[in-house]
Amino acid sequence: MANKTFNATRGDKLFDIFNYIAMALVLVVTLYPFLNVLAISLNNSTDTVRGGIYLWPREFTLENYKTIFQYDGLLQGLQISILRTIVGTLLGLISSSMIAFTLSRPDFKLRKFVSTTLALTMYFSGGLIPVYILMRDLNLIGTFWVYVLPGMISAFNVFIIRSFIDGLPYALQESAKLDGANDFKIFYKIILPLCKPVLATIALFLAVGQWNAWFDTYLYNGSKAHLTTLQYELMKVLQSTQQGSGAGRNANDMAQQMTQISPESIKMAITIVVTVPILVVYPFLQKYFVGGMTLGAVKA
Amino acid sequence: METLTKKSASAKRSSNPKPPANKRRNGIWDSIKQQKYLYLMSLPFVVWVFVFNYLPLWGWTMAFQNYKPARSFGEQEWVGFKHFVELFSDDRFYLVLRNTLAMSLMGLIVGFVVPIFFAILLNEMKGMLFKRTVQTVSYLPHFVSWVVVAGIITKMLSTDGGIVNDILMGLNLIDQPIQFMAKGNLFWYIVTASDMWKETGWNAIIYLAAITGIDQELYEASRVDGANRWRQMWHITLPGIRTTISVLFIMSIGHLISIGFEKQMLLQNSLVLDYSEVLDLYALNYGLNMGRFSYGTAIGIFNSVVSIILLFTANGLFKKFTKESIM
Repeated sequence: MANKTFNATRGDKLFDIFNYIAMALVLVVTLYPFLNVLAISLNNSTDTVRGGIYLWPREFTLENYKTIFQYDGLLQGLQISILRTIVGTLLGLISSSMIAFTLSRPDFKLRKFVSTTLALTMYFSGGLIPVYILMRDLNLIGTFWVYVLPGMISAFNVFIIRSFIDGLPYALQESAKLDGANDFKIFYKIILPLCKPVLATIALFLAVGQWNAWFDTYLYNGSKAHLTTLQYELMKVLQSTQQGSGAGRNANDMAQQMTQISPESIKMAITIVVTVPILVVYPFLQKYFVGGMTLGAVKA
Repeated sequence: METLTKKSASAKRSSNPKPPANKRRNGIWDSIKQQKYLYLMSLPFVVWVFVFNYLPLWGWTMAFQNYKPARSFGEQEWVGFKHFVELFSDDRFYLVLRNTLAMSLMGLIVGFVVPIFFAILLNEMKGMLFKRTVQTVSYLPHFVSWVVVAGIITKMLSTDGGIVNDILMGLNLIDQPIQFMAKGNLFWYIVTASDMWKETGWNAIIYLAAITGIDQELYEASRVDGANRWRQMWHITLPGIRTTISVLFIMSIGHLISIGFEKQMLLQNSLVLDYSEVLDLYALNYGLNMGRFSYGTAIGIFNSVVSIILLFTANGLFKKFTKESIM
């Protein structure tokens, strides 16, 4: 920070050099795998077998991408992934912000009850099998809704939004009330617009969670070919070549087709398709989520 | 991390004039009428939370029955602790418990110490552009799914063209590529390292923010007193983020045993099963996939009970020694 020239001893300089090298190393170690995957995905797949592709494709081609987009499984998975990301994010945002608003109101009679009910969920979970049985009893297995309903409300998200609302001046709500607005109107006309930064953060969390989820597909919808997600398809393709590890209970269609002609380059192309949407978004939202994550943490 | 928000939730309504909590003691109906929109905006969701988070707890009864999916609750056969006895007399269970604890502990130490270290070093960087770049890039793996990360790790460690083997060979440290993914005794380290690669940058956010909150005058004063950078880090930065560290530490202990199973499930293969299977996977394989719902539920209950005990123990100890706690 400000300790630039002040007392710049030899030890301090040495430290700076060490620090720069360490951070440069972090940069390389984090970025290299992604660049390597990209390079392999853009390389001729028969040539890739020879190895030695690092940061740059040796025989550039878009063939791998053309190949994977010919599979129904991929396009269909893409559709479901996009759909669950949109629906899941919207439902999560609406529900979390509504609860957060009521929790931010000290005059709300049920505040303590709602708050405790939510907070407790952070410390326990029913466990894999009871949850599975519940989904079965609710007839959610084999439907799209099993992706978006169970994870809709997370206490973590609600509490982040709530502490943001707590930071807004209450006078805004009071004056709106004097003008005759009811609580719901206050919520969506005044609070929601002011909450944009925190809502952007939560939207990112929700969207990332939805986009990256694969286990619910594995558990509930693995046999429903029209409901599998992109992550699940990728999982099947990646796992199918690993010795012995069964790629889920229903390793059918795409996985099998892919293994027969699934060289490294094709796998890496799918990896890129699965990864890119998130990587495009997060740097733009960075200022929001850093704020969101630290909201409260630092204040304490 | 959850705690932090929880903490924040109850914290600080500073300088912000708030309405006085309703003093008039109206009847319940009056209050409902008055706050009908607030009720409407939260009650449906409370019901929702109840269904998806609390109802599964009812499913714990399965562990004490010979649960048959076709029967109704009244028709289930109650067997007491039979499934727990069976669980505790299964050799596999102890192997799985060992794996769970080993990977949790390694994850706890690495996932806790490394981000603090990283945050402190990053904070000491002078070039703003470089600092920002490192920071932005360090979040990147957090946003990628475990499916992708497992694929990447497998690729990087592979025997043909994996960079790790290439480097080791290039340095003449080994003459044969190491089959990393096929060696059981390396599995724990691979999982821990993958986790570190994925989450260090993300976990450092909170520490970085906490460091920013430290009074700059402390640094100036220490410099006047002749403290070098190491001393400043040790005597000012670290104590300055002590509260944050404690809270996060208690939380991670609470989650020690329920570390999840995603990474294990995605990174494992049949050759390393003895080192890769954790409690949740055990429940999945022996409970769900074989249809032994009761047995699987017993495993889940064991899992939860141990994490709750750990959470309370850790919290109690911290309360005693540092006067800080999360509950």
